[in-house]
Order: sequence, then structure tokens, then C-alpha cells
Amino acid sequence: MAWFTFLISGTLLAATPLLIAALGEVIVEKSGVLNLSIEGMMSVGAVVAFIVVLYSGSHWLALVAGGMAALALSVIFAFVVLLALGNQVVSGLAVGLFGIGVAGLVGKPYENMTVAPMQRIDVPLLSDIPVLGPGLFHHPLPVYLAPLLAVLLWWMLKYSKVGLVLRAVGESPESANAVGYNVVGVRFLAIIFGGFLAGVAGAFICIASSTLWADGMIAGRGWIVIALVMFAMWRVERVIIGAYLFGAASIGELLVQSAGISVPSQLMTSIPYIVTIVAVSILSMDGKRVRLNAPVSLGRVYLGTH
Amino acid sequence: MRAPWMIEPRTSLSPFLSLVPPLAAVLTTIVGGVVLLTFLGISPGAALFQLFLAPFSSAFNIGEVLLKATPLLLIAQGLAIGFRAKVWNIGAEGQLIVGAIGGSLLPIFYNDSQNPLMIGGMMLIGMLCGMGWAAIAAALRTRFNANEILVTLMLNSLALQLLYYLVGGPLRDPHGFNFPQSALFPDVAMLSLLSSAGRVNTGLLVALAVSVAAWLFVERSLIGYKLQVGGVAPEAARYAGFKESRAIWLSLLIGGAAAGLAGVFEVAGPLGQLQRVVSPGYGFAAIIVAFLGGLNAIGILFAAFFMAVIYVGGNIAQASADVPYAVISILQGMLLIGYIVARVFVDYRVVFPWSLAKVS
Amino acid sequence: MAIGKEQVLTSVEQRQPLLQLDRLCKSFGAMRANEDVSISIYPGEIHAILGENGAGKSTLMKMIYGVLAPSSGRIVWQGEEVTVQSPAVARSLGIGMVFQHFSLFETLTVAENISLSVPESAAALSPRIAEFGQRFGLPVDPLALVHSLSVGQRQRVELIRCLLQKPRLIIMDEPTSVLPPSGIPPLFETLRTLADEGCAILFISHKLDEIRSLCQRATIMRAGKVVGAVDPTRETNETLARMMIGRELPHPTRVPAKPGETPAMEIRNLTSVPTDPFGVVLNDVDLTLRPGEILGVAGVSGNGQKELASILSGETTLPRAERERILIDGVACGHMNAGQRRALGLAFVPEERNGRGAIPEMNLVQNTLLTAHANGLVRRGFINRKEARTLADRCIADMDVRCQGAYAEARSLSGGNLQKFIVGREIMLKPKVLIVAQPTWGVDVGAAAAIRQELIRLRDDGVALLVVSDELEELFEVADRMQVIFRGRLSPSLTRAEASTATIGSYMTGGFLDRPADSEAEAA
Repeated sequence: MAWFTFLISGTLLAATPLLIAALGEVIVEKSGVLNLSIEGMMSVGAVVAFIVVLYSGSHWLALVAGGMAALALSVIFAFVVLLALGNQVVSGLAVGLFGIGVAGLVGKPYENMTVAPMQRIDVPLLSDIPVLGPGLFHHPLPVYLAPLLAVLLWWMLKYSKVGLVLRAVGESPESANAVGYNVVGVRFLAIIFGGFLAGVAGAFICIASSTLWADGMIAGRGWIVIALVMFAMWRVERVIIGAYLFGAASIGELLVQSAGISVPSQLMTSIPYIVTIVAVSILSMDGKRVRLNAPVSLGRVYLGTH
Repeated sequence: MRAPWMIEPRTSLSPFLSLVPPLAAVLTTIVGGVVLLTFLGISPGAALFQLFLAPFSSAFNIGEVLLKATPLLLIAQGLAIGFRAKVWNIGAEGQLIVGAIGGSLLPIFYNDSQNPLMIGGMMLIGMLCGMGWAAIAAALRTRFNANEILVTLMLNSLALQLLYYLVGGPLRDPHGFNFPQSALFPDVAMLSLLSSAGRVNTGLLVALAVSVAAWLFVERSLIGYKLQVGGVAPEAARYAGFKESRAIWLSLLIGGAAAGLAGVFEVAGPLGQLQRVVSPGYGFAAIIVAFLGGLNAIGILFAAFFMAVIYVGGNIAQASADVPYAVISILQGMLLIGYIVARVFVDYRVVFPWSLAKVS
Repeated sequence: MAIGKEQVLTSVEQRQPLLQLDRLCKSFGAMRANEDVSISIYPGEIHAILGENGAGKSTLMKMIYGVLAPSSGRIVWQGEEVTVQSPAVARSLGIGMVFQHFSLFETLTVAENISLSVPESAAALSPRIAEFGQRFGLPVDPLALVHSLSVGQRQRVELIRCLLQKPRLIIMDEPTSVLPPSGIPPLFETLRTLADEGCAILFISHKLDEIRSLCQRATIMRAGKVVGAVDPTRETNETLARMMIGRELPHPTRVPAKPGETPAMEIRNLTSVPTDPFGVVLNDVDLTLRPGEILGVAGVSGNGQKELASILSGETTLPRAERERILIDGVACGHMNAGQRRALGLAFVPEERNGRGAIPEMNLVQNTLLTAHANGLVRRGFINRKEARTLADRCIADMDVRCQGAYAEARSLSGGNLQKFIVGREIMLKPKVLIVAQPTWGVDVGAAAAIRQELIRLRDDGVALLVVSDELEELFEVADRMQVIFRGRLSPSLTRAEASTATIGSYMTGGFLDRPADSEAEAA
């Protein structure tokens, strides 16, 4: 049964950063902006968090610092797509590349160092349940905060005025402007919110899932986050499900190794990528549903009117 | 937050104006690079020299620049055709890797061959492999409407895992002490050098020829025109009866072929064997090259050259002053960001409030 | 001709104007959209701004509503000079606007849409929406999703949204263009009720009859300037038109049609569900088009005109098995795309010029290639640029397109000139069948008359024409027969003699259907 405990525990740990970053990306995309620079933002968040833990010892401070660092990067992205009217695809790639480079440069002196992992919380009583207990209820606190945040954002998008305005801006920025909303302002806030969460997610990977910084350690998770949002059809409740599914897929490698089955490790590493391709293909088949759910103005340059 | 400026689309472009964004981007990158290295403790003069002047300081270094410009030029010409049609092939890196794998099969399995046609066969197989890898994205997009950005990106990661698997096992050199690399290629599998001073090879000539062909295709052919209409105004393309699926297939296959060929040129050129690292991110850098060149065949020629200078300059700085390799990514990002920001002033008439006050 | 402003002002009560525009100017680059526009509007009056397309009416309204910033001049609101930086400021002043192209969000409900403009939540608003609907004759379901509403219902939502903000001035931009004839009197009734309560209404239109029956004063604009201010009830259509366009209203000349026997295009029992989730389902559509006649398709916009045009042109294709449902010259072509149908002799002028009928970023030579490339402009896969240039030049000359030569970008042309270019290009293909959607949308009167005359000339040459238009007047001018589209269904054909405004009007609300339950009873 140890492997089952390991499966649950590993899934939760792997899914948490995906969930956090994907929640941010849902908000950004709901406002009509496609942010492809998640990979770079997660990298920056990871390296800054590592350094902060190293010097301060506080994991919570590190998570916030990682988020703020990625937020700074997202301000550049916001400037490029909102004010310089850059194509969102190209701008996302550019800022992402820049972020990966910055992370590599800043983190260079810290490679091969380790920090203490984030403290795990034993949920009282529940963590004593055999098998399930250690798998589900023995984790760092953010593992439990992430789904809470998801519920909060789900409520916000569905029932609050803020959510309504966000959806309106994403559907038709021209109309939102005509009705009196500041489209650029709303999108700016959405982008930096998404950037912050991407940074927190990267920080979590670096100081909770692992204990060291290595160049390229985000390893494509930023792209999986973007796929996840599409997979979830921009709906928060489905982002939650998707994040745990992808989390499970990504620990297959470790699981197989621990079971002693001989499969090329590269094949196991590839599973999340293959799952992503298959999932995106299947979900996109119904073009009508995609069009009903996707923010109408997603990816379009908004000129603004003055 | 509101835009501090007002924006109106321009109705006509002067040819001079279209030169501004790439030049501004290059200037930003040079200044940014010097500032960056200064922060790392290198004097501005030395930084400028190492990054941007040293690449021209010797025949060998110039050869290196041309060597690195070759794959960038090839891939960017291919990608630009797709980008004009708004088909976002972000998977050139993966297509390059698969092309390199395909191109290596002949020299690995016929390692003793003296057949002078081998290099031709390698190029053909490499192109086909690159096209095949890109075709996955084209098929999924046309049949299932799957977003090609995501699919090609995932295919990059998959290609890399495939390469790791192959050089670690099936294609590993049996006499290579278990190093994850293939046997060295025979002479007939290698491109001939253009100059005795450096490593630049005949691949450069092929890349230049491809550039001419790309120019003709884009500017003069009906298919090139159809692709462009599909990119600029998809509804107009549907109105005219240009098939979208054909545009997607063509764009991805052309990009895949060019990237696959570039992959063959790496293993048959500077590497001489298949290894775990066949490209220092040429597939991604070529995306920047394509945009920096304004998606224009002639512009791409200059852009590829400048990007190659960054690669060589970054390597020189790394070797002589222990500057982290990540500086190259930063400079590439800066280059593209600089280009996008400068473009707004060319595509639109940007009016600042203070200049408006003067008018009224 | 222009009557002095002061002269009119003295004839109006000496009250303080609600809104005063003082020498407003607006330029876009070299183009002067508004020049020295001065108007005063008083509480409780229904004031018309009359002008043809391109006269600068919309620009002026957008400046009042804070969507555009004036280049110079003053806006005075209740005696105080104001700067309207944004629509939010306009609304806080008490200015509301009902746009011609609605600013509603299709994926949201009526109540959610309205709650975006007022402090209350969507749930709290529902009863108030019902109450306002009752009081002003604007019934609408607060919980309905906007994409499920007809265009007329959407206008009501816009109007209620505007009223809930208790405006002192309501700007209405061409409000009747989205209504069937029977929908117009109730709207006017609503507007009169509002005016009686003291609200001023700025009514923008180019329809002379409506202005004469509704408005107490009219300001007439031409080429960005105010050319006159009159009491429209004392004017005739002719005098108003002369002020509006500076000359007599042109009417095309026509002789009775002599249609041929064999149909040039047929549609048989076509039912089609669009891929757009918000589109209209075409239901059992039957249509026969003969050479030498013009068939007009009338209807309130949003009843399937777009879907019909796209399925006729081949932009939407049918499955192979249903190819027999569309015939061009007897050839089954339902499965063919637009290019293949063009080879059969079909040409099409779509309603959107920029981005569909023409590529805004490309020059006119490249735009000629768009549909004419098969006419000898390509050799061995390469474009013959000289031939393309010659053809573009010919099109420009034949249609009198005003532009800076064949290498001018399409987006630099005015709406009317670009439309003339597109029509000319399609005519040069020598089609057997020509489908034209909204031939004169946003086109100035001169160009509109030229285009209509050209359509009639083509008919006389034996071409089969189908004209889809929201403007009944236009169809009455050009069409030999009419069919009305309502909720994706086509009415039986009416000859010119049968097609009275009353019959067409009843058809526009579903009067031709057997089961009255299908018709839009509440539209009246």
C-alpha cells in the first residue's frame, strides 16, 4: 500500500503548482489576454523564492517574494501587450524567454545548493488514517490553500460584480469601454494577478516540491498550465479536476521506477506531454463548445478608443 | 491604468519607417547587453567588445557567426511563411531534433560507406522527418481543431525525450564507452567546409538559396499570396475560397522541412555525430529572427546574422569572462520585446497628450 | 440655403439649454470629421441630427458621450463647461446613449448586462427591469441570455439600461434601422413619453419621414459641418434631402424586368444549422433566381440574412450528400467552396467590406487578385503583376473609384469608394449570378445611387441578381420581386405590385407563417 500513499501524496504535491498557476491564467484569459510567458514567470518565481529561503529561512516570505518577482515580469508583459499592442503570442514568447534567461542568470551562483523543505502540516486526526492519512493530510499548507483559492475564484467569477466585469471585458472590450469600464486597467490587474500566482506556483515547485534550484527545473510545466486552462474550457471547477489529473500523470515516472518495472524513463517523462496533446485534441473537436466557452476577444489586440 | 497615448492605425507606410523597429531592437539589445554585463562586473568597453565586436575579430569568429546563422536563416525562412499565414508553429526546435535524428540514420547504419550520395540522402530524410513531426500538429489542427501552439510545444518536449532515448540506447556508439552519443559520421556524411579558417560549411549556401526561393514564393507566387490573405484576413480568404486546411498543412510542412534540414546540417556539420544536445535553442531563436526580419525574406537575412552574433558573442563572453550562458536568452528576449514595442510606433500613429495640447 | 443659427435659437423658448456644443472639431489625421459644430439642445425636446453616411453624425455623438475626445471646441452641460473624458463621465452627467451597433454582451443575461452599468446587482435589478418595461412599453425577460434575443429586443435592453441611469439626455443612433415597420410607432411612443417627462432626446437618422413625424427641431449636417437647423414638421422630404446632400435625391431609372426561363440559381428545401452557436438556423429555405431579374431579400437584421448569404456564396458549405440543395445553372454545388462556385459563374459582394470583401492592409492590385486571380492573372503559379495592375486600373476607372491609384491600400478608401471597387471587381468576373448583401451600408448617397444603377444595368444585361438588404426603401428601388426572411424562414415571393409596405411589414414579423405561434407577436 505504500505505493498508493505515494501516488496520492505525489499527485497532490505535483498538482498544487499547476492548479495555482492555472487559476491565475484563467483570470488572465477571461479578461481576453493570452499569457504564454507562464514558463518564464514560474522560473523567476522559483529562483527568487530559493534565494529568499536561503537567506531568510522563511518559506512563506519566499512564496510571496517569488510571486512578486513574477508580478514584476508580468508588468513588462502587460506593457507590451496592452500599451505597445504587441501580438499576444509573440509577446508572451518574448517575455517568457526573457524570464527564463533572467532566472538562469540570477540562479547561476545558487546551483548545487539546497534548502530545508517547506514544513509539512499534519491535519489533526485525519493524518492518522492509515494509507490515506499520510497521502492526503501530510503536506505543506499551500496544498490545501490552493483548492480554497479555486473555490473563491469560482465564486468570484460566477457571482460577483468583479467577475462579471472581467467576463464582460473578455467578451467585448469595445462594449465594455462603451459601457464605461477601463479595459486596459481591468486587463492590467488580471495580468499581474496571473503573474503573481504563476510566481507562487514556481516558488512552490522550488521550495516545497523540491529543495534546490536548477536551471530549467520548471521543465515545461508553464506550457502544461496553458493547456490545462484550455482543457478546462476556462471553467474553474474543471481546472481543479484537470490539475489533479495532470499531477497524477506527471508522477507516473517515479511510480514506475519505484515499482521496479523496466520502461525507458524518457517514455514516462513524456506522458504529461502526450496527455496534453491528446486532451487538447479531444476537447477542441467540438468547435461549438470551445466557441461558447472561450473568451471571445482572447488573443485579439484591443486598440482602445480615446 | 489608461494608455498614456492615443492610437490611430496608419493608412500608409513609408519604406524607411519599416526599418525602424529592427534597428531600434538591435540598439536596445546592444545597450541592454552592455548594461547587463556591467552589472556582472565587466567594464562597459569590454562588454561591448566581447558581445558584439569580438565575433568579427578574426576569420575564425566570422566563420562561427556564419555557421550559426545557417540554421537560424533556414528555420526562420520556413517559419516566416507560416507566421504570415498566422499558423503558429512554435515547434521548430522539435522538428530540428527529429530532422537531426532522421539525418543521422544513414551514417550510423552505413558507417563505413564511401557513397558520395549519402549527404543528399541525409538531407532528404531529415527534411521528411521534420515534415512528419510538423504534420502531427497539422493533422490535429485540421482534423480536431487542436491549437497548434500547444501541440508543437509539446512535440518539442517529446522530440527531446526521443533523442535522449535514442542516443542513450538504440543509436549509441557501441564502441563509445557508453557515452550517450552516436558513432562519428564518415566523411561522405559531412558537409564540406567553405574556408580553411573556420567551421562554416556549404550549408550556408543552401540556406542562402532557400532564402531566394522563400522570397519568390512569398512575394510572387499565388500560393504565397493565398497564405498571406489567410493570415491577414481569414474571412476574406474564406470569401475568396482559399482553403484554410491547405494553408495550415503548407505552413507547417514548409516550417518542418526547413527545421529538419537545419537539424541535418548540425549533425553533418559542426557536430559530426548525433548527441544529446543538437541545438542551443535555434528553433526558438529562429522565431525571433523571423519577426525581427519583419517576416520578410530579405529582412530575415540580416536578422539571422545579428542573432548569430549574439550567440557567438555570448559564447566568447562565457569563455573569457565566465558570463552565464543565460545571458543569451535574456538578450534574445530583449531583442524581441524591443522589436514589438518599436512596432507600435510604425503600425500606428501614436499621439501623446502633450503634443496634442500644442495642436489645439 | 443654411439658415442662421441665431435666427432659430431666438424662435425657441429662452430657457437654459441642457447641452450646448460650441465650435466642436474633430480630425483623424488629415481628415476633418467635424468642423465647427455648434448645437443647443433643450430639456424635453426631441432633436434630430440629420445627415447622410459620412456626414460626421457618429463622430459628434461619440464626442458628446466621451468615446472620442474633441480636437478643439467646448461642450457646455447645464451652463457649465465640461470635459467628457469617458462614457462613465458622460453617464454621471446624465447623458445616456443607445448605440446603433449595440454594446451588449451576448454571453450574459439581460439583468447582468444592465447591472454592469448601475450599482445594483443583477438579482436586485430584475423587478425594476420589469417595472420599466411596463411603464415605457419595453417588455423584456431579465433572465434571458442576450444572444437569444432578436435585434429589436436587444434595442429594448439598451434603452432600459439607459433609462435606469435616469438620464437627462438620451442619444439614439439610427434606432429604427433594426426594427420592422410595425416596431417603429411603439418606439416613437416610448420616446414621446420620455420627452414629456422632461428628458431630451438626440435622434440621429437619415430617414426623412421619421424625423418629420417625431422631431421638433432638426440640425442638418453635411461633410462634417452644420448646414442648417430647421423645424422638420414644416419641411418636405425634398427640402430636407436637398439640405442633407446638397442636391436632389437621386433615383435610379428602371424598365420592367424580362427574366429568362431557366433558373440561374436554385435552393431546394435547405435547412442548415450554423457552426456559430449564436447564429440563426436556416429552416426549409426555397428560392429560385432567374437571369435578368433582381430578387430582394428583406427582413429585420438578425433573422438569418448573414447565414443565407454565407451559404449562397459558399463560405459555408453543405455536406457532400446535400449538394443537390443548391444549384447554379443546374449544377449541384452545395458542397463547393466560394472559389469553386465562382468558377461556375457566381459572384458575391459581402456586407463587410473591410476584412471580408477586401483586405484592408493590402493595396487595390492585391485586392483585385482576391477573386479575380483565376482570370488570367496567374502563370505557372506566379502572379502576373502587370495584368493584375491593368485589371485594377480598369475597375477603378469603370466604377469611378476615388483613390490614390491602384497601389492605395484598401483601408485608405472611404466606405462608398471601397464598395464601388468591390462591386466593380465582382462585375469584371462577368458573373451569371451576383449576390449582394447590404449593397449600400455606410455608403454615401452618391455612391449608393451609382451602385443601385449598376445593379439594374447588370439585370438588363441578363445577370441574375439577389440583393439582401435591411433597407426597405432600397429594395423597393431595385428589386423586381421580394422575399422576406424571418427567423431563418423565407416567405413566398411577392411581385412589385404585391409588395406594399404593409404586406412586407407583416411578413417581417412572421405574418407568412401558417402557425401564428411562430410569429413575433410581441414585436408589434
